[in-house]
Amino acid sequence: MTRFLLPLGIFVVLVGFLLVGLNLNPRQVPSPLIGKPAPEFQLQQLHQAEQTLTSKDNLGKVWLLNVWASWCVSCREEHPLLVELAKSGIVPVYGLNYKDQRDDALRWLKQFGDPYTVSIVDPEGRTGIDYGVYGVPETYVIDKNGIIRYKQIGPVTVEALQTKILPLVKELELQG
Amino acid sequence: MSPTLLFPSLDISGACNGWGIRHAFFSAIRFTFLLALILALAPAWAKEAAPVAEDPEVERRMIDLSEDLRCLVCQNETIAASRADFANDLRREIREQMQANKSDKEIVDFLVARYGDFVLYRPPFKSTTLLLWFGPFILLLGGAIALLVYLKQRRKQIQEPALSDQELKHAEDLLKERKG
Repeated sequence: MTRFLLPLGIFVVLVGFLLVGLNLNPRQVPSPLIGKPAPEFQLQQLHQAEQTLTSKDNLGKVWLLNVWASWCVSCREEHPLLVELAKSGIVPVYGLNYKDQRDDALRWLKQFGDPYTVSIVDPEGRTGIDYGVYGVPETYVIDKNGIIRYKQIGPVTVEALQTKILPLVKELELQG
Repeated sequence: MSPTLLFPSLDISGACNGWGIRHAFFSAIRFTFLLALILALAPAWAKEAAPVAEDPEVERRMIDLSEDLRCLVCQNETIAASRADFANDLRREIREQMQANKSDKEIVDFLVARYGDFVLYRPPFKSTTLLLWFGPFILLLGGAIALLVYLKQRRKQIQEPALSDQELKHAEDLLKERKG
């Protein structure tokens, strides 16, 4: 009897590992920037190219930084949600237009709605590298002290909003 | 044919992952295009892969370094080998940092600070990776011990006489009965 118990035990453990492994998403590479200060930037705005926005301009408030591009298919998926979120006024959403053409980006916002308090442009993806962006869309939650608290890789979903982003924003708002 | 058609792909539904049938279909088309292009332009292609930077020394160093770095978009490819836009950007970044006289270690630290240890094909040696480094050896050792124990038991079984004299005689009698 024990002769079979050992292989069976090993088999069960192996299946356990495989089951867990199957449910992991290899695309979700945890960001080492969580809990660290948001990398600084000073970038041109999308609508008014002569104006810039710096990461320090948002100190003192909780905000979202949404990395998007007009060529990004998944961005369309999350966009209505962002528009709605912006309308609700719960938290300001800033857009980082990533490796895009200004005209395309402006046309895209006109077509699908503009949820962004301010959109900034990163045509060569350098700020993207600083933020560890490797796929678009990505969304960062940044607190009042300019610390990155959460990173959503891939489109923002209703579930992610309800279970993670909004509760976190609420909690961060209460902090000093 | 624009290069963006062939190598778009920072979009999370990029060229090298099969999210959704539609994407898989498009990447299949893209792959066919690519293959056709490679076959058609094979000699030209080889030329194109030659160092694009002004400084071949920097280029060689960059390739050497990025061969140990993972492209986060096409996760089974190195940054040196991947055609993803993302890898292209990182190659540019590495090249520029090398031109600015940064050491390899500084550049790797720069990337790890942004993308985490996952960007390294050679995982670092630290407490969370101990099992990764020693796991295979522990398994090997376990296997060797199990094998030894098994062999010892088996030898003991073989050494034990299978039948007592009385049993042997009984068996012979039975065999004779059959023949007779």
